[in-house]
Amino acid sequence: MQLQVQDVTIRRGERVVVRGLTFSAARGDVVALVGASGAGKSSVLRAIGGLDPVAAGEIRVGGVPVTSARPPGRAVADSRPLVGLVFQFHHLFANRTALENVWLAPVHVLRQPRGDAERRARALLDALGVGDRAAALPHELSGGEAQRVAIARALAVEPPVLLMDEPTASLDAARRGDLAATVVRLAGEGRTIVVATHDADFAGACAARTVPLQGGRHIE
Amino acid sequence: MSVRVVCVAVIAAVLMGARVRAQDPLELRWGGDAEGGAPFVEADPRDPARLVGFDVEIAELIARGLGRVPRFVQVGFTSLDASAARGDFDIGLSGIEDSAARRARLAVTVPYYQFRELLTVREPDRGRFRSLADLRGRRVATLGATLAYDLLVAARTQHDVVPVVYEDDVHPYSDLAVGRVDAVLLDQVLAERGVRRNAGLVNQDSAVDVGYYVGVLAPSQARLRDRVNGSLREAMRDGRLEAIFRRWDMWNGDQPRLYARVLAGDGVELTPLTASSLSTWEATRRYVPSLLQAAVITLVLSCAAMALAVMVGAAIASGRVYGPAPLRAVLTAWVELIRGTPLLLQLFVLYFGFASVVQLPAFLAALAALGLNYAAYESEIYRGALEAVPAGQLDAARTLGFSRIQTLTLVRAPQAFRLALAPMTNDFVALLKDSSLVSVITVVELTKQTSIFAANIGSWVVPGALCAALYLALSLPLARYARRVEKRWRRG
Repeated sequence: MQLQVQDVTIRRGERVVVRGLTFSAARGDVVALVGASGAGKSSVLRAIGGLDPVAAGEIRVGGVPVTSARPPGRAVADSRPLVGLVFQFHHLFANRTALENVWLAPVHVLRQPRGDAERRARALLDALGVGDRAAALPHELSGGEAQRVAIARALAVEPPVLLMDEPTASLDAARRGDLAATVVRLAGEGRTIVVATHDADFAGACAARTVPLQGGRHIE
Repeated sequence: MSVRVVCVAVIAAVLMGARVRAQDPLELRWGGDAEGGAPFVEADPRDPARLVGFDVEIAELIARGLGRVPRFVQVGFTSLDASAARGDFDIGLSGIEDSAARRARLAVTVPYYQFRELLTVREPDRGRFRSLADLRGRRVATLGATLAYDLLVAARTQHDVVPVVYEDDVHPYSDLAVGRVDAVLLDQVLAERGVRRNAGLVNQDSAVDVGYYVGVLAPSQARLRDRVNGSLREAMRDGRLEAIFRRWDMWNGDQPRLYARVLAGDGVELTPLTASSLSTWEATRRYVPSLLQAAVITLVLSCAAMALAVMVGAAIASGRVYGPAPLRAVLTAWVELIRGTPLLLQLFVLYFGFASVVQLPAFLAALAALGLNYAAYESEIYRGALEAVPAGQLDAARTLGFSRIQTLTLVRAPQAFRLALAPMTNDFVALLKDSSLVSVITVVELTKQTSIFAANIGSWVVPGALCAALYLALSLPLARYARRVEKRWRRG
C-alpha cells in the first residue's frame, strides 16, 4: 500500500480531534475524506503531511513512517518529499511569482538545474491551464488560479502521495468539474491522492472511495 | 473641582512662584557647572548638598558686597554664555575665560585670576614635546570652546597638530596616560589636577599662552557688572581674593601683578585668536569647510553603524525566533539590557570603561556603541516582521522539503525585510541624529563642530541653521529613497 493510516489519534492540546482512524490507499487511488467543518479532515491531512504529530497510531507512506515532511536520516540526494500538500488557502510564497513558486523547491530541495526546473514548472502551469499567469505574484491571482499554481507547486517535487484540503472552496461549479477531471488524470499517472472535502458531489466525481468523518471518527 | 482646574491652578502657582523667585532682589543667582569639579565648583564630598570651590567663595564674596544672598543655578559649561544672555542667572562664575567674543556679546567683569595654558605630556616625552611646534602630526587633547581649543586650532594650521576635543577635563589626562593622545593643552588649574591624578604625567614649565577668569552677565546688566567690579577690586585690595586662592592652593606670583594692573585701571590684552575676533560672516566662511567635513563623519559613522545594526540585529532576531530556549533567554536579556540603558552610558563604558583592557580608537568605539545599541532595536523590528509572515507559507515550505535555513532565506526573510523597511528607515534617521552623542568620546561630528563654531562666535543662530540644513540634506534623500524602494516592492 502506498499510504497506510493505522489507528491514528490526533490531539489539539487536550482535545482529541481524530480518534482511531484507519484507512489505506494504493497507487492510483483517489480517497475522499468527507465530513462537515470540524470533523477532523484537515488534521488528518496535516498529520500525513508531517506537519503535526500523531498522539497514537502510525502513518506510513511507501512503507516509511511519516515523522516529518523530510524523514530524518535521509540523504539530500534522496530528499524528495513523499507527500505533497495543497492547502485550502493555497499559502503561495507571497514574495515569489507563480513560476518561482513552482520551481523553487525543485532547484533548492532537489538540486535540479535552474533551467530544467523552470521548463518543467512552465509545463506544469500550462497543463493546469495557468501558463499565462506565470509572471503574476500571488496577490494578483484569482482564487482558482492560485489553487492551480499551488497544485503545480506540490506536483513539481513529484511526491508519490498528493493531499488536497478543500480544493473546491474557491471554485465555481464549472471549475469544480475541471478540477475533478484533473484529479482523476493525476491519479491515472500513478499518484495516490487524498482529498479532504465537505463537497459530496465533488467527492463522488473524482474519488473511488470515501472515508466519512464525524467528530474525528470514521463513520460507516 | 475638575482635574483640569486643579492642573491649571498648580501650573499657575508654580509659574508665579518662579516669577517671585526670579525677582527676589535679596538673592544673587549665580550660574556655574558643578560637573566642572574642584577647585572651581563641586559638590562637597562630605556633604553633597553643599557646594565648594573657589568660584563658590567668589560668588559669596560678590553677593556679600552687594548685600545679597548667593543662590546657585546649575548650567552646563558650554551653555553658560547663552544662559547669561537669556538672564537665567545674574552672573556666571565657573572658570569662564575672558575672550573677545564674550566681551562683544556679554557684560564681562574685570579678570579675577590669571592662568597659564600648559602643555602636559608623558614623563618620557618631557624633553621631546616642549612646545606645540614639537607636536607635528601628533594628537593633542583639550576641552572644546576654550582658549586652549583656539590655540590648538591655530596650531593645526601652523604646526600640523591634530586637536582632539573632549567634553570634560578628566578624560584628556587619563587618555594621555594610556597613550590615546600625545599631549594635553589646558589651563594650569586643570593641568595640575590632571598631573596629580595620573601617574607618569608632567607639565611643561613654559606657558603656551596666558588667560583670565571672568564673570559674565547679560549685556543689559552693565550697572550690576560695575558694582560687581567694585566688590572684586575691593577684595583684591584687602586680600580677601588672595585668601580664597591660597585656600585652594592656587595663589602664585602672577596674581599680584594682575591685581595691580586691574586696580590701576589698565585693561588686560587678549591674544588675538581665530574666530573669536572675526565677524559672524567671516567666521562662517571659515567654519563651513569643517562643518562639511563633520557632516561627512556623521554620514559615514551613521551608515557604518546602521550596517552593523542590521547585521547584528538580524542575527539576534534569528536567534530569538529559531534558537533553543537558553539562547533565546540570553538574547532577550541582552536586548533588554541595551534598550534599558542610555546610549551615552554605553559610549562611556565602551570607550573609557574598557580603556585599561582594550583601547578602541574613538571612531571604532563610536561605531560599535551606536551599531550595537541600534542592533537591539533592529532585532525587535525583525523579530516582529519574521513572526508576521503567515505560518501557512512556512508549513507549505516544510511540506516541499525546504530546510529551516532555506525557508528563512528564500521565503521568510525577504517578506520580513519588506515589512521592516519603513521602521528601519525611521531608525536610520534617528541614528543619524543620535550620532551626535559620540562627541563625548572625542569624535567631532556635525553637532559638536556646530557647538564649537557657536561657542567661538558666541551665537547659535547661523551655526544652528547651517547644522539643521546639513542634517536635513542627509536625512531627506534617504527617506525619499526608502519610500521608492517600498513602493517598488509593493508593486512586486
